[in-house]
Amino acid sequence: MIAAVAMTVPMTLVHLSTVDIAIIVFYFGLVLTIGTYLRGQSRTGEDFFMAGREMTAWIAGLSFLSANLGSLELMGWAAAAYQYGILATHWYWIGAIPAMLFLGIVMMPFYYISKTHSVPGYLKLRFGEPSRALSAVSFALMTVLMSGINMYSMALVLKVVLGWDIHFSIWVSSATVAVYVALGGLRSAIFNEVLQFILIWAGALLIPILGLVEAGGWSNLRLQIARNASAEYTHLWSTLGNFKDNPMGIHWTGIVFGLGAILSFGYWTTDFLVVQRVLSAKDLRAAKMAPIIGAAFKMLVPFIVILPGLLGLAVLPVKLTGETAALATGGHSYNEVLPLMLARYCGPGLLGLGITALIAGFMSGMAGNVSAFTTVWTYDIYRALLKKNESDAHYVAMGRWCTVLGVLISVCTAYLVMSFASIMDYVQALFSFFIAPLFGTVILGMLWKRATGPGGFWGLLAGTLSSISMWAWVKVDPAALRYVALSANARDMAENMYRALWSWIVCVVVTIAVSYLTKPRSDAELNGLVYGVTAIPHEAEVPVYHRPAFWATVVAVLFVAANILFW
Amino acid sequence: MHAGGISIWFFVGLSLLVNGILIFGAGIWEFVHPPADPVVLFHLHANVWWGALLLILGSIYCVKFAPGRKT
Repeated sequence: MIAAVAMTVPMTLVHLSTVDIAIIVFYFGLVLTIGTYLRGQSRTGEDFFMAGREMTAWIAGLSFLSANLGSLELMGWAAAAYQYGILATHWYWIGAIPAMLFLGIVMMPFYYISKTHSVPGYLKLRFGEPSRALSAVSFALMTVLMSGINMYSMALVLKVVLGWDIHFSIWVSSATVAVYVALGGLRSAIFNEVLQFILIWAGALLIPILGLVEAGGWSNLRLQIARNASAEYTHLWSTLGNFKDNPMGIHWTGIVFGLGAILSFGYWTTDFLVVQRVLSAKDLRAAKMAPIIGAAFKMLVPFIVILPGLLGLAVLPVKLTGETAALATGGHSYNEVLPLMLARYCGPGLLGLGITALIAGFMSGMAGNVSAFTTVWTYDIYRALLKKNESDAHYVAMGRWCTVLGVLISVCTAYLVMSFASIMDYVQALFSFFIAPLFGTVILGMLWKRATGPGGFWGLLAGTLSSISMWAWVKVDPAALRYVALSANARDMAENMYRALWSWIVCVVVTIAVSYLTKPRSDAELNGLVYGVTAIPHEAEVPVYHRPAFWATVVAVLFVAANILFW
Repeated sequence: MHAGGISIWFFVGLSLLVNGILIFGAGIWEFVHPPADPVVLFHLHANVWWGALLLILGSIYCVKFAPGRKT
């Protein structure tokens, strides 16, 4: 359906000037230059897959966040803000900040001290080969699907906004990412992600600033939204007491326990796409600080994503609709809100920078997926299961070819995704299939020394299968929603939250049960992997303002204050 | 972090500098030759001051993290 919309759009939203084209061309030239320049820095496996483990906290932190700022973040959540109001902010605040702080303070020491190169690699050390194989295969599958979604979203936006051919966009962008990641490995991906992060802000920040000027400030914006849509659209928590009281059709328990406690922790602490960036940090303190720096900036992202969606509700002269209605009426869909706002305020030059920001977001997300896929494929599937004793140079060569292969698979996925009606719901479903159970396995592995290898494997498998089963159950029988999401009034987002929660519980219960039935490993074997039997370096000699715990507390206080402010 | 002598922040500065020059130049051109169909809030000339801001920031980063310079 979405593809059909793209193919039938009669005219483009904006027209680029020569200056705009020059800015976009310069961006492509610069990222390729960086990739080419860094080729000589990525000769060993440690260089290519882990960026030499020499990133500062700032580089790793910005890269950690930038890898997540893909097309779905920029376009999808601006659209969600127009559709559901400020509730979409939950995916940036409670759906990210606590988990990122937890990763930095609690989990990072175990990832870092174990010297693992990946999350599946940690599972190998903690639970054995079967758990690694299961998580590596599921991660590789999810990653190429995500990458394909990213790619398709970008091509669709460029088609709708600029009128560019959808196939041209897919192949040019994917070839660019393939070149700079294959040449420079993770180092090149991280360098470009930092550059892309800055460009995203430089290109997108003007929209909320000018939007607030036009709307007459936040108070007037709320009044206009109340008039054009509903006053509920500007409240974060006060409408979550009942499924029927808010535009998202969700209950606060789903947001707090499904999103905040399970999906968020699963994504930000076990998805190797983001964790890989932090593992490249130069020392433990940098590794702990990186997610905290990422969390501080994550709290600000709604300003350039959610606020434009809300501003669209107030100032756009046209009413945006769903894809189907937009197709039927020839109007604009929710997904076009960010480009529409861009076209509203940005003249020559600024428009090019705004489009560059969108492309940078798409490419950083795609590069993140591809570099993570390359590492997991090479280390956790190819080396672990297919060719065990090859030279380091052989694995680096495999990594370079795998980058190209990963991009090609993503391109194929992008064409497959064209047949799906809702990209965002599809991604949410994927998250709950794999991420929520994986978080159960990893967190038990890190915090509970009694967890055994068989317990970890069967818990992960049971959690994943239960999630897929619940999804299939609701697809076959929509009435099952009342059992899965606790209410027949729940919508897709709510269903995903609760499915994640149940699959995590299944994973944890099965892991605990099987662990008690099997023989535990000795404390000596678990040294460096589990809380209680691992010596974590103290920071007593470091001034308070240099300690990760101090900055985590500052971010946590700001997080609570922001939620109260927009209650 | 440096890669063989060139800091990532130099690349960031270079990007901001070039974008700033192009956007500022386009803004000045529009200021002198106002378009027939201007964007909303055109009178604020966002591309002039935003372009100038990027240009200044880019220049600072390019100088501070120039290749070969000790930071």
